[in-house]
Amino acid sequence: MNKYPEKCCSDNTLNQLVGNVVPARETKIALSPDERLDIRKILDGLENYHSPRRPWHWREESNEPRKIGDFTYYETSKPLEQSVPLPGSRGFGFIDPQPDCVITTEIASGRFEDDVRRMRMAAWHGADHIMVIRTAGQSHIDSLLEGTTQGIGGIPVTRKQCRATRRALDLIEDEVGRPINFHSYVSGVAGPDIAVMFVEEGVSGVHQDPQYNVLYRNINMLRSYVDACESKAIIAYGGQLQIDGAHNANATAMEAWKVMPELMVQHAINTIFSVKCGIKPENIALSSVPPTAPPAPCMRLDLPYAVALRDFFRDYKIRAQQNTKYMESETREATVTHTLNMVISRLTSADIQSTITPDEGRNVPWHYFNVNACNTARQSLAGLDGVRQMLEVKRDGPLGERVREIKESAVLFMEEIIETGGYYSAVEQGFFVDSAEYPERRGDGIARQVDGGIGNDSLYLRANDYFAPVCVHFGNNNIPPQFECASEAIGGDTFQDPSKIQFIDELDENDNVNVRIEEKRKYYDHPNLIRPEVEFLADGVIVLTMMLACDKRHAEVAALAIGEKMALADCEVIHSQVMHPSEGTYIEMKGKVGFDIDLEKLELPEIIETLSEKEIRADIHARPMTIVAATVGEDEHSVGLKEIIDIKHGGIEGFGIKYHYLGTSCPIDKLVDSAIETHADAILISTIISHNNIHYDNMQKLANTCIEKGVRDQLILIAGGTQVVHETAVESGMDAGFGRGSSGIDVASFLVNKRREMQGE
Amino acid sequence: MTDTNKQDTVKDSLFEERRKHLVRLSDEELYTYFWELAEKIVDPLVEAGKIYTTPAIERSVLLRMGFSSLEAQAIVNGVMEHNLIPHGAGNVVWRLSDKLGLSVRDAGLALTEGKYWEDAVILFEEVAS
Repeated sequence: MNKYPEKCCSDNTLNQLVGNVVPARETKIALSPDERLDIRKILDGLENYHSPRRPWHWREESNEPRKIGDFTYYETSKPLEQSVPLPGSRGFGFIDPQPDCVITTEIASGRFEDDVRRMRMAAWHGADHIMVIRTAGQSHIDSLLEGTTQGIGGIPVTRKQCRATRRALDLIEDEVGRPINFHSYVSGVAGPDIAVMFVEEGVSGVHQDPQYNVLYRNINMLRSYVDACESKAIIAYGGQLQIDGAHNANATAMEAWKVMPELMVQHAINTIFSVKCGIKPENIALSSVPPTAPPAPCMRLDLPYAVALRDFFRDYKIRAQQNTKYMESETREATVTHTLNMVISRLTSADIQSTITPDEGRNVPWHYFNVNACNTARQSLAGLDGVRQMLEVKRDGPLGERVREIKESAVLFMEEIIETGGYYSAVEQGFFVDSAEYPERRGDGIARQVDGGIGNDSLYLRANDYFAPVCVHFGNNNIPPQFECASEAIGGDTFQDPSKIQFIDELDENDNVNVRIEEKRKYYDHPNLIRPEVEFLADGVIVLTMMLACDKRHAEVAALAIGEKMALADCEVIHSQVMHPSEGTYIEMKGKVGFDIDLEKLELPEIIETLSEKEIRADIHARPMTIVAATVGEDEHSVGLKEIIDIKHGGIEGFGIKYHYLGTSCPIDKLVDSAIETHADAILISTIISHNNIHYDNMQKLANTCIEKGVRDQLILIAGGTQVVHETAVESGMDAGFGRGSSGIDVASFLVNKRREMQGE
Repeated sequence: MTDTNKQDTVKDSLFEERRKHLVRLSDEELYTYFWELAEKIVDPLVEAGKIYTTPAIERSVLLRMGFSSLEAQAIVNGVMEHNLIPHGAGNVVWRLSDKLGLSVRDAGLALTEGKYWEDAVILFEEVAS
């Protein structure tokens, strides 16, 4: 009797057999935005924690027009309950439109206890697909790994790491108000083991592509495909989203723009293979990368490929990955490539928009670059919202011709696979990752032998009485007739009864999370102690940027000498860029500081409470107020001051305060005379230009002029500008200074309070 | 002028020659043909998945039966040593538990301690006969 996954037990039958034992969500721990996530709480009682099975989650309420702030959006989804909006949102009432597509961030510093904090930061910036990169060596380990050993450039993916991460994400998703997909890799020679563990531990998305094992991990191809059948059946049961590995051909090929036909073939092989293993088309995603990047004319090269792909794979999901093949150490350049990639996403389609941290070309990604990458996606996708109402891809002409050419080349590629004797023969002959554009071949493809590689000779023909007593199994399974479902033989398996899952805590007593926490105990016990960090708690790393007026070779060494003089340890130049062969070199250098700052010992500037809008209006209504305002010095900036005074920007005019605006580059004398003539209560000056502290000089000049004219006691003097600090403004003769981020109500509130004070109230 | 002009002459002539039979196909026909070819390529791979098993598949079965990764590996190693893997590692544990009147978990743990392997081997000789 042969039973295949779709014919085996449905969840309903299983629940009747063994009872519905899906565990409840945690209620004991909750996150507070004011406190760092304490990994010790996550680890406490972890052995008994079970997140329910977590099928993939798409964003909700997308593809319907949505009014956000002053605008209507056409490609957004349900908003977050808590988030950090983009910096530019200040001009738009701090709106935070969330794109319709899922946003991925890839995190794996090597220490999961620090990664969960970064996941929280990323979630607050719109990430809802957290991909954990695992150590490359794990592919060749013929078993699950256990414990929480530290990794390099990835982490050992283990049950404890998965469970702790999922537990943290369960809390984080409650905090931001949107389910978060947790993702890792079902690959290597322990694929089925990992697939099981992922369903048990609430992983929602997986990479699974046997071609990846064969081509890049040299795992025997027979083993890789047979294992993949079981893995995919398990993934299908878990309702997880599967992403393929075709984009690796793009990253590996010497000239990535030539590999387009092959990419289509690799996508097709894994896709149809997955369907045949039971995964629903809507849970199959293609990992698609625009193959090239500037200074190549990448949009013109990549767009036809994107269109061809979406034509052939119209029943499947597209995970739009960012091009990393041509990424160097400059974060700005990587960001521009990412942005152009997203123009393609919006001109075609993307169900998942991936992000690669812009620092990936220089180091293992750091906290804030994950956030930056999420923001690049959020910013670009919001900016491109609805653009297809006005722009469309023009298919007649060169694009259509190229689309057809790519498709036909992919078809020819597959014909040749069949002619040559099938998939195994094609791989043996090095068909894949050849650097010429098919149908040309250069003969430098990756060739693997059918009887070679890791895990060779590990296939066993199933006997007629072969039986696997589990509810999901691919292929021949001789279920004894007394059982309706295979797992009935054992009273339900772990998918049905999670209490059967065996949890192994740690196997290595020296390399584990508890040892690492102990080493950092000071910072866990005293969150007030701060040392800078980029990836691990209090790792001490800071980055200095500098421009050195010399050539690159000298500059790189000079930078290290500067670091040494500044008492930084482990200095390393992470980016250098020629401004001119001799005029200068731009340097970014990392180094470590060896001290802590105690937040409790800092003197913080006083937070000035603003009066309520109602109270300000009542005061101004009772006693009208007039001010004069101008930008002073040789300074033509006007936007900031207008935001403070204009009613339409929420300025002081909105509270009933009358103003006389004297424009920009206004002489101080003229301003004071105007205040005297209009019987003004206050003078507001805006000073944006700050070279040689000219802004403070102008403040002092204003104060002195008022004293000379005998009106200083009758006037409130206020200075504002991006570089203005309150304390220094006061030292320069002002009553108050307002810096970056100030708004009309802050100024209006101060004016009312100050007038009361001057009148002895 | 095209973007990759270095190899274009070779590529174009090769492509033009090879594509002749595709030119007449409509986009929709090309789409259908693409997926037919893809199926042809993967069908033998899927068939192999139905009739073969591997140590990893067997470990994954044991994990789901409630064994830890360490226990599953020990059992599968024993199953391979005794040439029982064609019957399925989970099957070995289940049948042994049935025969000895032990719980599935206790039967599996006993195997990890090196016990009852002779019983297991006999069990499947009986089944086979």
